[in-house]
Amino acid sequence: MTPFTPLEAAVLPLDRAHVDTDQIIPKQFLKTTERAGLGRGLFFAWRQDPAFVLNQPRYAGAHILVAGENFGCGSSREHAVWALMDYGIRCVIAPSFGDIFYNNCCKNGLLPVRLALPDAQRALAAGRLRVDLATQTVIGAGPAIHFEIAPAVKQRLLEGLDEIALTLRRLPQIEAYEAMHP
Amino acid sequence: MNQPRTMFEKVWQRHIVAAADDPGGPELLYVDLHLIHEVTSPQAFAGLRATGRKLRRPDRTFATMDHDVPTDPRPFKILDPEAASQLAALAENCRDFGVRLAGLDSPEQGIVHVIAPELGMTQPGMTIVCGDSHTSTHGAFGALAFGIGTSEVEHVFATQCLWQARPQTLRLNFTGALPAGTTAKDLILHAIGRIGTNGATGSVIEYAGPAIRELTMEERMTVCNMSIEAGAKAGMIAPDATTLAYLRGRPHAPGAEAFGAAAAAWLELASDEGAAFDREVELDAAALEPQVTWGTSPGMVAPVTGAVPDPRVITDPGLRQAAERALAYMALAPGTRIGDIAIDRVFIGSCTNARLEDLERAAAIVRGRRVASGVRAMVVPGSQAVRRAAEARGLDRIFQEAGFEWRQPGCSMCLGMNPDILQPGERCASTSNRNFEGRQGAGGRTHLVSPAMAAAAACSGRFTDVREWL
Ligand code: SF4
Repeated sequence: MTPFTPLEAAVLPLDRAHVDTDQIIPKQFLKTTERAGLGRGLFFAWRQDPAFVLNQPRYAGAHILVAGENFGCGSSREHAVWALMDYGIRCVIAPSFGDIFYNNCCKNGLLPVRLALPDAQRALAAGRLRVDLATQTVIGAGPAIHFEIAPAVKQRLLEGLDEIALTLRRLPQIEAYEAMHP
Repeated sequence: MNQPRTMFEKVWQRHIVAAADDPGGPELLYVDLHLIHEVTSPQAFAGLRATGRKLRRPDRTFATMDHDVPTDPRPFKILDPEAASQLAALAENCRDFGVRLAGLDSPEQGIVHVIAPELGMTQPGMTIVCGDSHTSTHGAFGALAFGIGTSEVEHVFATQCLWQARPQTLRLNFTGALPAGTTAKDLILHAIGRIGTNGATGSVIEYAGPAIRELTMEERMTVCNMSIEAGAKAGMIAPDATTLAYLRGRPHAPGAEAFGAAAAAWLELASDEGAAFDREVELDAAALEPQVTWGTSPGMVAPVTGAVPDPRVITDPGLRQAAERALAYMALAPGTRIGDIAIDRVFIGSCTNARLEDLERAAAIVRGRRVASGVRAMVVPGSQAVRRAAEARGLDRIFQEAGFEWRQPGCSMCLGMNPDILQPGERCASTSNRNFEGRQGAGGRTHLVSPAMAAAAACSGRFTDVREWL
């Protein structure tokens, strides 16, 4: 996993709430056995509309997605995160997220930021945002906004650590558990 | 005396391998049963190969093929090359890593959440994970079961554990008894409509109350299955005599000698009297009517006697905007009576509603009737075992004589990864769990209902109050 370094980038505003992972990446793209190349399927159905934000030249090159509440609800498909990252998104800001999607983001180095909508909108007036995980702040127009993230998750994202390798250091504990619960 | 504990806390505590490093942080939990399928596992196996890691407990891992598989009569040739290669990859991975696979030629094959319970693998008190959000189904047995992403699948492969932050608890108490003609599906659809599709985010739901105690195991699975549609991490129902009766004699359940001791431990799992939940909500099952979703989220639901709402009366701006978009997508005008909505397709299937009782309920409506002209209706049993049992009872003939297609097990039109899909603009009465835009096929319009309601819609060509047909 690539460490998450401070990100300053243009924003892709997706003015929709309850966006499910079926919308982020529809089923026809799930038959792959790879992680790469899914960006072409990102928001595939909505992208057929020329007016959709992804098709507007002024948002080309955005690395931060700002969306409405409950973003990434529904299916567990990690392909949704892979598609966003393959497209170039490094950070998603929303008031709330689907649980599995939020976890999937953290496992891949895509930073999910929980921010109340008025805060996000105020910051957005700048068109660009600076997201700094170390200080847990989002800076746009107006004062810096603080966001919450679990310390363990933060550390892994900052250092780009391989979670499986970390867990395997606990092997004696896992073996002890297995011995007690055959 | 010990502090009273919820069922969730009992199962959670028993599975802690390592405590959190910081207060409130994630704990390392042991996974008793890991279920896998072809769509969310290949990248995880690739991860093991790339790092040279072993799959720690193949004996606690079980695979099936369900999402991509065609539902044509077997044997068949899989025409979609991508689906074929994904299925072949699963077979190869299972062979290389020593995982038991219920493949297309297996008499045990079926939808992952249908077969693990029917084989007796799903047991009370277990932790069960699968790269599939409807893993919550297994909570019907008092297991803690939840969906995970592919990175977590790889983590479980390598360590048999997962780091998890402790979720909140929400108890939904259902008072009263389900009225005739309403089912577990109506109960859960109504509950999602009430608490919202993010009403249980970050929480484990315990379903409780007299209406839940009366449900059969298959009905409990329908309820727990859709926990994720309320945003929940998992749904659980306390084990009781119904649970024990279901499990006794199943191939992977404890054998006759061990069963008594296991059963006694399982019955201890129920939440203690006075255990504290973070939230409790009471719902009246006796007031339930058959439900039909009208929008593109499972919470957009109305009783069959009701009408499509007017988004202008919805106060929450996010929900109002979503409702407006949904009605445009569904091509429905505010105020349309549910009973006036005509359908083109009917799908009876999925891990929500493709067990034997579901098919029996639908067949009871279909018997002696015919599928309305212009409607294409299909039944896809949840597993080979369900198919065999249904055929032994002659249900296949009842459906086929009425004009339904009787197909082979798989996820099928629940998510349309196989050739069973809606055409753009087609409207479907479906017993599955998601009515998201394009879920059953690009441009397709899905209305979620119970199997009996789907059967009635098939025969009348529009949504019909099944209570009038009893
Ligand atoms: S039937 Fe539908 S919801 Fe269930 S596992 Fe298959 S695709 Fe997922």
